[in-house]
Amino acid sequence: MLDIFQYSFILRGLEAGIIVAFIAPLIGIFLVLRRYSLIADTLSHVSLAGVAMAFLFGWNPILTTIGVTTLSSIGIERLRNTKHIYGESALALFLSGGLALATVLLSLGKGFNSNLLNYLFGSIVTVTSNDVLTIFILAIIIVVLLFLFYKELVYITFDEESAKVSGLPVRFINTLFIMLVALTISLAIPIIGILLITALIVVPVVTALQLRKSFIKTIIYSEIISILSVVSGIFISYYLNLSTGGTIVLLMLGIFLLVMLSKKVFKI
Amino acid sequence: MHTVDHTKSIIEISNVSFSYNEEVIIKDVNLSIHKGDYLGIVGSNGSGKTTLLRIILGLLSPKEGKIKLFGQDISVFKDWSKIGYVPQKVINFDNNFPLTVEEVVIMGRYGELGLFHNISKKDKHKAEEALSHVDMLNYRNRQIGDLSSGQQQRVFIARALVGEPEIIFLDEPTVGVEKDVKEKFYQLLHDLNEKLRLTIVIVTHDIESMSHEAMHVACINDHTLVFHESIDDLFKKTHGVIN
Repeated sequence: MLDIFQYSFILRGLEAGIIVAFIAPLIGIFLVLRRYSLIADTLSHVSLAGVAMAFLFGWNPILTTIGVTTLSSIGIERLRNTKHIYGESALALFLSGGLALATVLLSLGKGFNSNLLNYLFGSIVTVTSNDVLTIFILAIIIVVLLFLFYKELVYITFDEESAKVSGLPVRFINTLFIMLVALTISLAIPIIGILLITALIVVPVVTALQLRKSFIKTIIYSEIISILSVVSGIFISYYLNLSTGGTIVLLMLGIFLLVMLSKKVFKI
Repeated sequence: MHTVDHTKSIIEISNVSFSYNEEVIIKDVNLSIHKGDYLGIVGSNGSGKTTLLRIILGLLSPKEGKIKLFGQDISVFKDWSKIGYVPQKVINFDNNFPLTVEEVVIMGRYGELGLFHNISKKDKHKAEEALSHVDMLNYRNRQIGDLSSGQQQRVFIARALVGEPEIIFLDEPTVGVEKDVKEKFYQLLHDLNEKLRLTIVIVTHDIESMSHEAMHVACINDHTLVFHESIDDLFKKTHGVIN
């Protein structure tokens, strides 16, 4: 038996990692195809304000970041809909605002310490049994909602204007979706870290899209790449004593390069 | 050519105006679209014709005036499956989008299906029927991005047809389409209008094609409707205005 399994924190990390690796591409495919990848980046930076609040007031970091990112996601969607400012400007406002709030809160609570680094770059050591349960329950909610609104999300992603004309409740579904993005980001923080979450959501999908398959097959390939990278990343980082988040993202990028190279060599 | 039922107005636009940041985009437009018509809404770039289309489709709200769709005010209108829409996709289309032709066409059923209802065999059958109408059935399992722009245009028409609408709106459908493809495309619209009695409205700056293809032309010039009559009357009355 591998000695890695003697440690309960590794098992908890693996459980949470597999759940997060499963959810991320389900959200990522819609974000990438809508050219909304920057929303994930913005919300991940905003989530640092949640972590800072949790440090300062002694709250649960996952639940606090869920609250902060969900409220921000609704704010971003509303600001974009007003059309008074450009979409990417709304993202820049929230990204810089969230980061500014986080640094002020962290300086207030003297939170600039090694614990913060765990949240910035990911560390499965921080995952508790309660966290695994929270991640599991919330992941089920995300999967069920994505399943229920799957066909509408595909339509809106492909052609939002026609989806509106066909009478679909586009604004409601967009708001619901961005809240699911916020939820996914909050769940992924302990595994991959605030600064690398976007990679987990985006890179497997971008890699799978290179294979030019149907929507469902693209999701399946993204899932394989995501879960494979997260599981092997946790193992490799344990044995080589590396950062878990960084190792996972480098593995994902390695697979991406491999696929691109194969396409060129085999002219796929 | 069949006759238009002038007693049955399915779209009524009354005194509609729209402005954006104090700038007038369309002003006091009145227009009726009748069942069975083949109408070209023409005008130069920036004349306001696309804004008018977006108002009719409920994508924009008019600042003034009323829109009635099938006898109902647009604010309470729910039966959107009666309306098909072919957006200007040839230039905006993402060729890497991972969808097959059949998957794209079935989307046209989603409005009628409603939330939480899955696609049935009946929907797939209707998608095949719609693809047959546009002569694209053999391409149903191909990736949409692998088709030519003319073929993609046909697929988008099939998507508009699959909901079994009574009227379809097309926004600048021939932009970026080659000449021989354009001719086939207009022949297809002509057949749909003749054989299925489908009401067709094309918004375009291509007045030359409309003068050959449409039954009526509505001309928007300088943000107002300056002309809405048959093609014959167009030549008699409006050379100066359109130029």
